[in-house]
Amino acid sequence: MRALDTFHGGVHPPQHKDESSTRPIAVAPVPSRLVVPLQQHIGMIAKPLVKAGDRVLKGQMIGQAEGFISVSIHAPTSGHVTAVDMQSIPHPSGLPGMCVSIHPDGRDEWIEHAPIDFRNMDPSALRNYLRDAGVVGLGGAVFPCFIKLNPGPKQKIDMLILNGAECEPWITCDDMLMRERAAEIVRGIEIMRHILQPAEILIGIEDNKPEAIAAMRAACALTDFAIDVVAVPTIYPGGGAKQLTQVLTGKEVPSGGLPTDIGVQSFNVATAYTLHRAVNFGEPVISRIVTITGNVAQPQNFEALIGTPIEELVHLAGGAKGDTNGYILGGPMMGFKLPSPSAPLVKAANCVIASSPELFKPAPRAVPCIRCGRCAEACPVELQPMDLYWFSQAKNFGKAQEYNLFDCIECGCCDYVCPSHIPLVQYFRFSKSEIWAHEKEKRAADLARERHEFLLFRQEREKKEKAEKLAQKTAAAKATPTTEGGTEADAKKAAILAAVERAKAKKADAAPKNMENLPPQAQQQIEEIEVRRAKMKEQLHAQNQQEP
Amino acid sequence: MTYIAERTSVSSIMLKVLFALLPAISAYVLYFGPSILVNIALATLTAVVCEALILKMRNYPVQPFLLDGSAVVTAWLLALSTPPLAPWWLIVTGTAFAIVVAKHLYGGLGSNPFNPAMVGYAVMIISFPVQMTQWVAPEMLALHHLSFSQELHYIFGGLLPDGLRLDAITSATPLDTLRTQLKQQHTLSEIRQLPIFGYLGGKGGEMVALWYWVGGLYLWQQRIITWHVPVALVGGLAITATFFHVYDADRFVTPLFHVFTGGVMLGAFFIATDPVTGPTTPKGKLIFGAGIGFLTYLIRTFGGYPDGIAFSILIMNICVPLIDTYTQPRVFGHQDKKKQNVP
Repeated sequence: MRALDTFHGGVHPPQHKDESSTRPIAVAPVPSRLVVPLQQHIGMIAKPLVKAGDRVLKGQMIGQAEGFISVSIHAPTSGHVTAVDMQSIPHPSGLPGMCVSIHPDGRDEWIEHAPIDFRNMDPSALRNYLRDAGVVGLGGAVFPCFIKLNPGPKQKIDMLILNGAECEPWITCDDMLMRERAAEIVRGIEIMRHILQPAEILIGIEDNKPEAIAAMRAACALTDFAIDVVAVPTIYPGGGAKQLTQVLTGKEVPSGGLPTDIGVQSFNVATAYTLHRAVNFGEPVISRIVTITGNVAQPQNFEALIGTPIEELVHLAGGAKGDTNGYILGGPMMGFKLPSPSAPLVKAANCVIASSPELFKPAPRAVPCIRCGRCAEACPVELQPMDLYWFSQAKNFGKAQEYNLFDCIECGCCDYVCPSHIPLVQYFRFSKSEIWAHEKEKRAADLARERHEFLLFRQEREKKEKAEKLAQKTAAAKATPTTEGGTEADAKKAAILAAVERAKAKKADAAPKNMENLPPQAQQQIEEIEVRRAKMKEQLHAQNQQEP
Repeated sequence: MTYIAERTSVSSIMLKVLFALLPAISAYVLYFGPSILVNIALATLTAVVCEALILKMRNYPVQPFLLDGSAVVTAWLLALSTPPLAPWWLIVTGTAFAIVVAKHLYGGLGSNPFNPAMVGYAVMIISFPVQMTQWVAPEMLALHHLSFSQELHYIFGGLLPDGLRLDAITSATPLDTLRTQLKQQHTLSEIRQLPIFGYLGGKGGEMVALWYWVGGLYLWQQRIITWHVPVALVGGLAITATFFHVYDADRFVTPLFHVFTGGVMLGAFFIATDPVTGPTTPKGKLIFGAGIGFLTYLIRTFGGYPDGIAFSILIMNICVPLIDTYTQPRVFGHQDKKKQNVP
């Protein structure tokens, strides 16, 4: 038995896992339409490769990875592109995103694809392949997988952790995947092992999933390398990457650092599964397993195509009951209400819960914080949420940062235990976004100030130079003897003339001679700079008006 | 915002606190007569009326805030700190001051820096020291018993039955007796022979203290309070008392006596544990509790007031922001400050 550590706090909400884990994973049929967002991962949005009217094949790349942190997006089935435009997407902001809409032709015709020989492949080529296959972390953060598989030459990975904890209530997609497809997950782990060469491999599964633990143990027994399947205590948020790492290793991921700093890399079990499909079958990520549960007739897990409208999945689960008042994407602790049930399934969507007033009682009216400290007891990061709340409410963001606001993982434990029913995490998100916005403004202001200071410096320098020139000239004039019989009046006249001459010269100087006859390219650049400057001025002006 | 939550509320916390006081109140009635119930009723009524009026003046929704029960808790704690046979206007004044000034003028629930009940108590003992020290003698010691209606007559009219003097029904508290006897150069062993003293503290009072302790254990079991403040408070008091007791056993009474007399148990489990006016960090709670215990001993032994728990709590209330600032726990993933300094 492995000695397990614990993390601070945590809560024990009712599980509600049995609702959806009693039925096997069903394969959802190809829906009537597909809306595939081009951003389903952390990083840069993929660049669309298709336009309305194009025919696409199943698995065809329709969005190309752009920038370093990005992955590609693929057509989930064959059909015609009907639009590339802004559509409602599942995002907490409720704002639409760029999507490729596909009308399936029903043939489900694959593009040519083949397994790759990862063992005899150049590591960087393999990583590029994974980026182009759209493999991302399916635990919720949807971080591009190929980056996590490239910890850099200096980082030695001692331990590879597979996260099968699935600590949030209601969600069972990882549980069912482990029960039914344990061998495939292990094949995915094999690929990770090949790339990362860890000394040890662990799979952490909460002990409320005995079937999954048994299935994974059976599958791991067949490998030629050691994988330790560890049952971890059931406590929310035990499936948080940092929390699971602490439980399994006793080590804390440093604040602001990465797990690799302590020699650990972790992936969700579903990520291992998609990695296996991508490498050993050549299939990009075009589907995922999602739990449809809550206020539906037959809660169940479905393997559904990315882009499937969520309402069609709800329909497959027997439909929502009459008193359904919305859909939560994710779990009840960290999830958010979908802007519309027609929003598409995305790679990050592990669970959809139909909510009803009976299942999820509306939060009672918030009353003042009485500093009871339950939030601090429950916080897995050992923050003092009541203090952060106080600072957030007072918009004392500096103090909030000082009290480590940015270590908050937004798990919701504080909300869960608060007897005053204060939506604490919302306050923290607000503070974080305000601080980000402020930093951005500050950077812009810094730039403007630097420019202004340089302008002053230049003006000062020019003044000095002119003064020096003038001093030299007057010195020269004094040195030369005055004209014969010269009177004071003559001298005065001469001085006036000289002054007029100087003024004329100055005028000529002031006209920017170097701006004449510029090539059109340079002219354009100057214009652009002017536009940027004007914008900056406007921003500064607006800012000044906001905080006089 | 989470979609699920534990079924707790401020009201349920306050109700549990009131519930935890019931055994001690029963013991109080048993040993000192039912007049304490009159005091509690008066205080509750005053608190609710004042709370409702000032909520209305502050444009707060009256009903939800009134139902949180915090005003009633303040009222009960204050009533339990006041002599049961005090005139009716005393507890009314004290409670009104506690709710209006100490609580609402400082911002209301959650914002008041000082414990309202203790502010009310301090106002009463400073303004009306005579009435505040007329404690009822325990039933087994009183020379005469008042009937409940006679008690009501006295509380509301100040009238005693003919031929009865106040001395016959009241007595000095154990702490008072100790103080005056010590001044008269008696030794402790002689003083402890007086009938007013029981096994642990004063007769009657020690039993009430025991029930406060039981109620406190219930609050701890219900996770309403943590162990830190009561343990540190009793510990701070006991350690200081032990130190002096060992130094001169004839002049300084035993730590056990200190712990079971006066308001220590009530203060340790019900008043110093008030989350609003206390620190939030575990280390801070220990400092806070120990500070109260230490100051209580100093005030009792060397100060001018018989009991020091209320003033100690108020003094430590002032220190809370400072204590909290310097006792922040280490956050996950951050280096220990001590370790950080070591190369």
